[in-house]
Parts: sequence; C-alpha cells; structure tokens
Amino acid sequence: MLINQFLILGALLFCIGVYGVIARKNAVLVLLSIELILNAVNLNLLAFALRDNNPDGHVFALYVLAIAAAEVGVGLGLVLLIFRNKKTIALDELSEMKG
Amino acid sequence: MTAFPVLAEQALVAQNIAFGIIAALMIFGALRVVTAKNVVHAALWLVCVLAGAAAQYLLVYAEFVAVTQVLVYIGAVMVLFLFGVMLTRARLGRESDLNNKNWALGIPVAVVLFAAMSIALIKGFKDEKLPGPDTANRIDTRLISDSIFGPYLLPFWALSFVLLVAVIGAIVLARKD
Repeated sequence: MLINQFLILGALLFCIGVYGVIARKNAVLVLLSIELILNAVNLNLLAFALRDNNPDGHVFALYVLAIAAAEVGVGLGLVLLIFRNKKTIALDELSEMKG
Repeated sequence: MTAFPVLAEQALVAQNIAFGIIAALMIFGALRVVTAKNVVHAALWLVCVLAGAAAQYLLVYAEFVAVTQVLVYIGAVMVLFLFGVMLTRARLGRESDLNNKNWALGIPVAVVLFAAMSIALIKGFKDEKLPGPDTANRIDTRLISDSIFGPYLLPFWALSFVLLVAVIGAIVLARKD
C-alpha cells in the first residue's frame, strides 16, 4: 500500500468537510462536517504512525477522538440553547454582531 | 512472517482491494453527508463514513484506535447527534433550506484546497510504500499505553480535565432552569 492512498483519502475527506462547513446553514450539519474533518486528520496521523513505526500517532489519534467527543457535547449544548432562545438554528439568522 | 512471502503478497493485494472498496464507500458517504436534504439521513451517512474510517484504521494496523472509534463515535457521538437533531428540528422530513445562500462558494474553495493538497502530497511522497503485512512492526496497546502514561501523561491529564469541563459545561448550557 502506498502512503499516498491514505493521505489523499484524508485530504479528500478534509475538503468535503470544509465544503460542508462553508455550504451548510443548519448548525447540526456544520458539526457533522467538522466530524468529517477530524476523521481525515486521524487517518493521516495513523498512516504516519505506521510509516514511522511510532506509537505517538496512535496517542494523538486517541486524543483527537476525545476532543471530538467533548466538542460534540458542548457544541450540541450550545445549539440546543440557541434553538431554545431563537427558535432557529439557521446560522445566517444569528447575525447578532452585524452592525 | 517473512517465511511466507506468497501469503504476504496475497495479503497485500487483499488490503489494496479492501482499501479501494472502503475508500469509495467513505467518499460517497461523505458527499451524501454534505448534500443530503434530510438532517437524519446526513447523520446516518456520517455513521457510514465513520465505520469506513474504522476499517481503514484496521488496514494501517491501528486496532485499538479502530475499536475506540467504533465505541466513541458510532456508539456515543452519533447518539448525541441524533438527539440534537431530534431536539432542534422544527419539522420532520425533507427540508429545503439547509444550505446557505452562497453555498456554491464552497465548491471552488474545496476543489482548490484539494488540488493544492494532492499536488503537494504526490510531489512529496511520490510512490513511497507503507510497511506491508510481512514487514510492519505492530504497535500494540501496550506501546500505546506506555506512551500515554509516559511522555504524554500531562496532555492526558489536561484532556481528562477538558472532558470534565465539557460534561459540566454541556449540562449547564442545556439545562432548563
């Protein structure tokens, strides 16, 4: 297996995730796209861990998993709060900071 | 392991075929996640992508991370997402306004980003091979735990505090009082 197989797959998933973050309006869907990005990062970390025969990549992949879980928890808490206060989670209707 | 070069060769071919199938599934699933008209369908396609990612982790001999991925992501995070969808969605079924007004701006951004990254990767790593089934040194759970509880102990503690703060913060944020 070439290392580029995994790296390019990771790059493609990352770019799809970036597209999702830009294009989506629903806050839950933006969080889903961020999960795609985090998984692309994990794929790269593990491919390099195999290439360099180094457990550090695995450790960082596990840390990324834990951070992703924390991020989803807080993110969905925020989304619920916004929904309760504004009755919408469309991100373009939350432009409170526009002058 | 090196006593069976033929078996290693066959295993390599099988790995490449498995990589292709799983990668195609993941890319299709990821595209559906960002294009689906239904929030629940997007979340379920994400399950498909995450399961494919777990399978890819098995192909790079990261068994522990793969199992953790299944437990944490497919087990816990997706349930959270489905709860989030359930609690925030105003109406059931297809929704027409899931995308921004200028969503098409995302396509050139993603394409240019991917072109830049793939050119850099192809020029940088050309056809460098990963260690195959006969030559790979397996990184087992013992090595990972030696790393976590050795040189990376401080980040591990920090991470446990992050999780604690996230749990408390999520409860405080989402609580009705």
